[in-house]
Amino acid sequence: MTQINIAIQQFLGAVGHLAFDFLAQIGRIALFGMSALRHMVTGPFYPREFFTALVQIGWFSLPVVGLTAVFTGGALALQIYAGGARFSAEAVVPSIVAIGMVRELGPVLGGLMVAARVASSIAAELGTMKVTEQIDALQTLSTHPMKYLAAPRILAATLSMPILVAVGDAIGIMGGYLVGTHRLGFNAATYLKNTVDFLEAWDVGSGLIKGAVFGFIVALLGCYHGMNSGRGAQGVGRATKSAVVGASVLILASNYLLTEVFFTS
Amino acid sequence: MITLNSVHKSFKDKHVLRGITLEIPRSGSLVVIGGSGTGKSVLLKCILGLVTPDQGQILLDGKDVSVGDREAFLDRFGMLFQGGALFDSLNIWENVGFRLRRGPKALNKSDARDKAIEKLRRVGLGPEVANLYPAELSGGMQKRVGLARAIATAPEIIFFDEPTTGLDPIMAGVINDLIREIVTEMGATAVTITHDMTSVRAIADQVAMIHDGTIKWHGTVSQMNETTDPYVDQFIHGRATGPIAALR
Repeated sequence: MTQINIAIQQFLGAVGHLAFDFLAQIGRIALFGMSALRHMVTGPFYPREFFTALVQIGWFSLPVVGLTAVFTGGALALQIYAGGARFSAEAVVPSIVAIGMVRELGPVLGGLMVAARVASSIAAELGTMKVTEQIDALQTLSTHPMKYLAAPRILAATLSMPILVAVGDAIGIMGGYLVGTHRLGFNAATYLKNTVDFLEAWDVGSGLIKGAVFGFIVALLGCYHGMNSGRGAQGVGRATKSAVVGASVLILASNYLLTEVFFTS
Repeated sequence: MITLNSVHKSFKDKHVLRGITLEIPRSGSLVVIGGSGTGKSVLLKCILGLVTPDQGQILLDGKDVSVGDREAFLDRFGMLFQGGALFDSLNIWENVGFRLRRGPKALNKSDARDKAIEKLRRVGLGPEVANLYPAELSGGMQKRVGLARAIATAPEIIFFDEPTTGLDPIMAGVINDLIREIVTEMGATAVTITHDMTSVRAIADQVAMIHDGTIKWHGTVSQMNETTDPYVDQFIHGRATGPIAALR
């Protein structure tokens, strides 16, 4: 009996430790995020770093976001058509594709693809800088790493992600349009009219706000894990993995919360 | 000039520095020797504020380094890192001129480039390397670029972290000579950490030996050669047997 009690205590202790570690990690990320926000609005500013990050994060993510969107829009059209046929509602395909893309799939899938591409790249780059003492070198050269490395990347991701989402939305709707008109027999003009008629400004706006939040999360997690990377190749690898997993989970969780706030209150 | 009073630093349960007390005089060249993992790099990082000591005090000209204007404090220092720590995303002249382009006395791009090329020339590199990237240079050239970056703003105090590690003996000799010449010419205070005894003899005015987190011995190079201290004797002669355990 005593041994069982000890085993239960050890198990609960281990669970408690995990819970505390998890909460401590959330606290550290929150503090890092607040510090990054403070450094974004207080000088000195590094425009070259910002524009480089803007190109790396925004411009170079366009192909992957576009490809994801076009296939998602196409698949969505097929699914809604097949599902709608069960209760003779095939005509809703254009409007559901549009609403689904701009409210949910555009921002979430775009965010996840950017998380995979950008959070990993930022974490690997900053992690390598950490283990090769480049971040220490920055400090000895009187340059704050948060201002020079984190703030430009987080700002660039927060500003470029809504643009990526907007482009992704348009391409996704076009994917649905192509499948709808060429595969499902919709009239092109009717499809476009139904898309535009049922779409409201807030549908698009809410998706763009989500995009900005997801961009912030992606770069924040990339910078946090990169700048706190462990030693050696294994440390950088772990930082990269943690950045992608953390950013993906946080995107999905924050998507739910934002949807609650935007559409149920 | 730099005074360390009983500085302690631990990482989790590993006690790296256990009460370092050391005086580093102005315009001299102090070399800190000691085995791998004895806390030599941590010591430099504590002085620079890259690592915060758990206990003790570090003074620069009698003032606590942990208070006051950090940027002004760091402006007095230059540092050559063990692996060079050159910024991969910047080309060579941008690395050397990094600090020249920042702060209240920032130079314009053209002047900073000229000055960076002048510093590169000082360390034996021609202007043809200015637009290359660090990955395009050999290890020895990267060390020279790191040295040029460390001296770019003519700092009062220069730290050299294992300046000859990973270099062939000839290139190590070149780097040692450069460090000695530059420190003498600039009248700077130099602190070098190394376990290369050739570097010690080429660079040092004074030598301090760190072992087990404390300064075990401190003296001049000639005193080091004559000392009967068993730790220094074992270290400088590279003996596997003695008071310092071979496996740490």
